[in-house]
Amino acid sequence: MSRFLLNQRLVEEQLPAGTVMLDVIRRRRGLTGTKDVCREGDCGACQVLLGKRQAGGLRYQAVNACLLPLGAVDGGHVVTVEGLNGERLNPIQQALVDNGAIQCGFCTPGLVMALTGFFLNSPASDEHAAVDAAAGNLCRCTGYAGIRRAINQLCRRFDLSGSPLARRIEDLVHWQILPPYFLTADETLAALPLHQAAPSPDAVRVAGGTDLFVQKLAWLQAQPLDFLPASGDGIRREGRDGIVDATTTIEQLRTSPLFRQWFPSAAQDFELICSAPVRARATVGGNLVNASPIADLAVFFLALDARLVIASATRLRTVALKDFFQGYKKTDLQPGERVREIRFDTAAAQHFSYEKVSKRTHLDIAGVNSALSIEQADGRIVKARLAAGGIGPVPAYLAATGACLQGKTIEPATVLEAVEIAQGEITPISDIRGSAEYKRLLLRQLIFAHFLKLFPDTIRWEQLHAR
Amino acid sequence: MHANDTDLHAQGASTFIDDMPEPAGLLHACPVVSGIAHGLIESIDLNDALACPGVVAILLARDIPGCNNIGNVEAGEVLLAEQEVVYQGQPVAVVVAESDAVARRAAGLVRICYKELPAVFDARAAHAQGLHIAPPRIFSLGDVDQAWKDCDVIVEGSAVSGAQEHVYLETQVAVAYPLENEGLKVFSATQSPGMVQRVIARVLDCAMNRVEVDVLRLGGAFGGKEEQATGWAAMAALAAGRLQKPVKIRMNQGEDMRWTGKRHPYDSDFKIGLDKTGRILAYEVCFYQNAGAVADLSLAILERTLFHAGNSYFIPNVRATAISCRTHLPPNTAFRGFGGPQAMFALEAAIFKAAAAMHVDPAHIQRRNLLQEGQPFPYGMPAENCRAQRCWQQLHDRFDLPRRQQAIDNFNAGHSLEKKALALMPICFGISFTATFLNQASALVHVYADGSVSVSCGAVEMGQGVKEKIRHVAARTLGIDKARIKVESTNTARIANMSPTAASVGSDLNGQATLLACQRILQGLKTVAARLAGGEPEQISIEQEQVCLDGRPTATGWNKLVSEAYLSRTPLSAHAHYATPKVFFDRSTERGRPFAYHVYGCAAVEVAVDCLRGTYRVTDVSIVHDGGRSLAPDIDRGQVEGGVVQGLGWMTLEEVRHDGQGRLLTDSLTAYKIPDLYFAPDIAVEFLDGDNPAAVMHSKAVGEPPLMYGIGGYFALVKAIRAFNPDWQPGFSAPMTPEKVLLALYECGC
Repeated sequence: MSRFLLNQRLVEEQLPAGTVMLDVIRRRRGLTGTKDVCREGDCGACQVLLGKRQAGGLRYQAVNACLLPLGAVDGGHVVTVEGLNGERLNPIQQALVDNGAIQCGFCTPGLVMALTGFFLNSPASDEHAAVDAAAGNLCRCTGYAGIRRAINQLCRRFDLSGSPLARRIEDLVHWQILPPYFLTADETLAALPLHQAAPSPDAVRVAGGTDLFVQKLAWLQAQPLDFLPASGDGIRREGRDGIVDATTTIEQLRTSPLFRQWFPSAAQDFELICSAPVRARATVGGNLVNASPIADLAVFFLALDARLVIASATRLRTVALKDFFQGYKKTDLQPGERVREIRFDTAAAQHFSYEKVSKRTHLDIAGVNSALSIEQADGRIVKARLAAGGIGPVPAYLAATGACLQGKTIEPATVLEAVEIAQGEITPISDIRGSAEYKRLLLRQLIFAHFLKLFPDTIRWEQLHAR
Repeated sequence: MHANDTDLHAQGASTFIDDMPEPAGLLHACPVVSGIAHGLIESIDLNDALACPGVVAILLARDIPGCNNIGNVEAGEVLLAEQEVVYQGQPVAVVVAESDAVARRAAGLVRICYKELPAVFDARAAHAQGLHIAPPRIFSLGDVDQAWKDCDVIVEGSAVSGAQEHVYLETQVAVAYPLENEGLKVFSATQSPGMVQRVIARVLDCAMNRVEVDVLRLGGAFGGKEEQATGWAAMAALAAGRLQKPVKIRMNQGEDMRWTGKRHPYDSDFKIGLDKTGRILAYEVCFYQNAGAVADLSLAILERTLFHAGNSYFIPNVRATAISCRTHLPPNTAFRGFGGPQAMFALEAAIFKAAAAMHVDPAHIQRRNLLQEGQPFPYGMPAENCRAQRCWQQLHDRFDLPRRQQAIDNFNAGHSLEKKALALMPICFGISFTATFLNQASALVHVYADGSVSVSCGAVEMGQGVKEKIRHVAARTLGIDKARIKVESTNTARIANMSPTAASVGSDLNGQATLLACQRILQGLKTVAARLAGGEPEQISIEQEQVCLDGRPTATGWNKLVSEAYLSRTPLSAHAHYATPKVFFDRSTERGRPFAYHVYGCAAVEVAVDCLRGTYRVTDVSIVHDGGRSLAPDIDRGQVEGGVVQGLGWMTLEEVRHDGQGRLLTDSLTAYKIPDLYFAPDIAVEFLDGDNPAAVMHSKAVGEPPLMYGIGGYFALVKAIRAFNPDWQPGFSAPMTPEKVLLALYECGC
């Protein structure tokens, strides 16, 4: 049984824990403002807010209800568009109406939720961040120009930088962006009795579920599920090691100050990984065990030569990420085991570059993605690690290329040699993400991009590209 | 007070069909579709499916009481396949069950054995095998064969434009309720309630008055629900009629993508001849349209391709041939632009190639050949009220294009790995259904005793704002506040024989009918008002809800006037019919005046290409659009902005792919990428004001034309690529995906 606050009402649901909230909201509860479209987290029409209790009160994220299992909302607050409505349009709704952002209206409620999520979480009224928050909402009609105007107007009207997150809900209620019942939602939930039943030992472990619930929805509804607890602050340092809890969400990773110290461009690079509502749920560990050949974070951590700490009931073991992937969608993970954390040597972050190219720049699966880490001393490469996705059955650690780079001077000839060797290490196939010929060319270009970005003073385009 | 639709949308309070409460006993239907592209059905085994708990019935073609035909053109447009299947996804049976999930599961258990037959998926291959929907059509003007000898430059080539998936967010859906006396009420997400009614009556072998079709609004359509909503509604009606239970049918996203048609892919051969000043003297083009398996709207679309073969240009000698080729794909169908975009892409490719041969910018040729008042289109109609030159000139002046081009040239000179480019795209789009008989509409207006007003007409709201425009027309005509006016659902019991809401004319036709009906009521009201105010009806007007005598307000307001009218037994309801005057077309000579008027415009599309990665951004689109006197400027701006982004999607990201057996590979939003918020460029739109006596209140249709501005995105990308790799010869194959861009940057001839 799941108990949670749905808008203003405490509700109980006896449905299987793997039932997605979209069906609970629309079919069971008749709240039809939440729309049912793609059921794979791509369109955003079903977005709702999910509030989870934390020290200091409820923290909300806009998430896709089609990928949100009932079992994951237990004890939380689920807000649909109906839960935001007042007697009059709220300022977000009004801005969308006034700026011509609404045509057929099917995407609109999801968009309202996404922008409300932005107002709940963004430290500042930053238009780019607001666009990113709303970029997981497809509008086919398409009112994007109007949506941008609305975002611009809202960001000018409300200054979030003067509203600390600890006081944000109060401010949003004052601004009439949220209805007043949000002020007491945390209290209401605190009164809920906890009923943590131990999961059965054969339960399927679910983290964010953002891929699992696309691929295996029907199966999951028939299984006992064990929802892995969310990570609090799952990124830390131990000596030279950087450690990321497997249940850290991609958004937590993207916005972690510590992670940003190591990888200054990660916040920007990771905007290319899914959309804000998916990043709010999808976990680092989930992306790795999913073992997709283009898994964005697998490629990222492979280039750090990361290790996985894997736990079972009886023991812990460590495996190199590059040995973890054993074949198409096949990993070294044994029954009963789960990935607990990811460790890497922070020295590998010295010179680090991540590249991803997909058909659509945002919220798309990579054609090819790649990462490179270089440790250098006096212009010589001490250690180099190159990884790439989309060019074989697994996210690939290009060992020979890395080995060839070791000890070399950082100069154009070295880059060209690396490209040559990398071509021998990959086996791309032609599919809907691109022809094999394209993927080979693209990997070459991304290797060029790594070096051009990391060593702009020593590597110049004209030296790599002889016409 | 009546709230705007947009307010309801913002609150999630607007009702779409899937939002309606489900009645007790509702059954769910799911089609069983062909798993092969072409073959003969040898056997159908229903046993496993029927054994599924919750399955109520499985209907086959033999269960259709009337005629197994849902089309307008040919016998092969069947609701359910009988002996032969002609595309993957063609419905063969309908499973009806107590739940959606059971219906779907059982549909998967129906076993159909086929004798497979050869299939063809490419238009040219179908043409080579003589597979056509109809004989070719040819439009011609002047004498092309004679003109070549006068040309200084002649280039030939081909152009390919791909399919485009509609991706209306509301997937295909219908609910049918059995009524007393063998009646049916059907809620269908269709642009063509009249056709759904007619086809259901045909399939069920009953009179049309037994079938009431109601449409409140659509969650997007873009042409995809003009013809192709009909079959699903007919399946629900068939099941509801037979089982005497309400039946719902609703596709999920993947099913919708796999089972319905798209924008037609076109493969075209062109030959263009110019004099040395850049004047186009002759243009010959042959369009091979990939129609899919059955006619659907392909022939009407093909015809519009011919109408727009010359786009916004005057070309004295033209021969345009169009061939609709039958392939084994789901029947391709209407999509915003309706064949026009494909024609314009081919002509722009020809102009681009000629410009390259002449070492001039394509804009030079475009400018040199823009239509002028009175010059004929290739179907004989002269350009009237022509705005092609004005749009072009105003675009250059207002958006400072020479300076922007200079800035781009400077940027490119200083950047080796990023290149920018700007391309211009003039458009001209004919407004009217090219099937002349469809250019009619009617409206039914009631003024209630409390002064509130109800308008019914044949226009379907799908996000284009037609209801708002109709409200505006009624409010202005009656002289009252818009808040008093409610536009009702589109319903066949109130409006008979309605044309589809399509061809951009929804508000033109239905607005005019509404205006006429309001005027009829107003006439009676003026008689009453004259009596109250002590004057003659000709001296009366109603302004801002007040009765005016010779333009001066009297003491009588709208409420009092209506109340007096009712008490004095004056009619407060009226029905009116409108038929667009002066339109005709003679297919035996391919000459006529098929359009009430044309819409013009011009866009400048600017792109930036990352020449290291092959990725790109469409950064800016500046537009001068011929908008007439807008009924709703905000709505029109939204239509222009939205059309542009859809057109850019078609030209850049949106790539429909099939495997070698005709199975759709891009059947999800993960695989088929449409523009997102990040993709959307900055769009600046300036409307060219002006009279338009040919449409309601001097407005102009706006739905389709702006899509074609997106074609400029393709040519801007081609220009940017050539700034990096001048040796590359474009093959004019859209969409220009990042893959094609990267390969073009580093190789030749793709």
